[in-house]
Amino acid sequence: MINAIKNGILKRNPTFVLLLGMCPTLATTTSISNAVGMGLSATAVLICSNAVISMLRKVIPSKIRIASYIVVIAGFVTIVEMLLKAYLPDLYAQLGLFIPLIVVNCIILARAEEFASKNTVLNSIGDGIGTGLGFTGALTIIAFFRELFGNGTLLGHSVFGASFNPATIMILAPGGFLTLGIILGAINLIKMRREESK
Amino acid sequence: MNLLTIAIGAIFVNNFVLVRFLGICPFLGVSKKTDTAIGMGMAVTFVMTLASAITYLLWQYLLVPLHWEYLQTVLFILIIAALVQFVEMFLQKVSPALYSALGIYLPLITTNCAVLGVTLLNTQQGYNFLQSVVFGATAGVGFTLAIVLFAGIRERLETAPIPKPLQGFPIALISASLLAIAFLGFSGLIK
Repeated sequence: MINAIKNGILKRNPTFVLLLGMCPTLATTTSISNAVGMGLSATAVLICSNAVISMLRKVIPSKIRIASYIVVIAGFVTIVEMLLKAYLPDLYAQLGLFIPLIVVNCIILARAEEFASKNTVLNSIGDGIGTGLGFTGALTIIAFFRELFGNGTLLGHSVFGASFNPATIMILAPGGFLTLGIILGAINLIKMRREESK
Repeated sequence: MNLLTIAIGAIFVNNFVLVRFLGICPFLGVSKKTDTAIGMGMAVTFVMTLASAITYLLWQYLLVPLHWEYLQTVLFILIIAALVQFVEMFLQKVSPALYSALGIYLPLITTNCAVLGVTLLNTQQGYNFLQSVVFGATAGVGFTLAIVLFAGIRERLETAPIPKPLQGFPIALISASLLAIAFLGFSGLIK
């Protein structure tokens, strides 16, 4: 189970390595608090759906498995949506459409198909925690740069002082693509340097 | 809101891919060649239009009268999955050529968040039947426009001299960012 968690965070990081679930990655990373909110909501859905799908893995007929997974996932997404609406209405208003859209986040369906349908419940929960935290971590890193340069703040606190003129484009759509592109390039560069030094 | 405003809004000002960040996975995954990009765009547009019409009717005449609004997400995604399956079987019978051209991309449309997104936006904005259908169709046109433009750029990138760490996805994302900046020019066109 520990291995499953580690794998999800680093080796198979859903965002930076597998490039899955790009829509929320780009849309909700305008501030760190939004990114963490999105990441943890997706993590909660992922852990629950992995657990249930793993429990049902011998019951679900293989022909209609995708549809069954989607129903399980959609059920948990609805629960998360209702909880957020009731207890964190500010966050819910910020994330808006992207909460119900967790249903079609390919990370969750991919883990159901690839891992939860073949492994024990405990391992599947571990995989859910790892993948979810990997996703949350990646979102937070992207949001860190976008909030810092686009708004001049971190978690709402001003960083550069009042004289800083924020590059608003970083929190608009183009900044999302740009930040992710540069981070992926930097990761490639680090990987290549490491291989050379070997 | 009149239909022309909805159309221009969905295609240019609030382009689904480049401004709203919906449907990024196929946008990055199926944009290596212009031909497949056009095919994907057409299939998505078709499903979006049908999905908008059907989900509107279900929402208005089933979920609202029964106060089952919380079932929206579950029901809509099932409708979309069934619709995609139906379109797949229909195309296989009627036009095998188009079916084999789109083949592998068809099932992927189910998990395209632009499709679920458009149906959810329809109810959120309170559009009537005609407005929903127009919004669905033009959102699909906007998706097609973005993915075809992007495929054209990526075909050029194949032969361009690019620093090694940036090859592949990083440079594609940076080009998408430039394309998104171009679409920012449309903001303010409608209120």
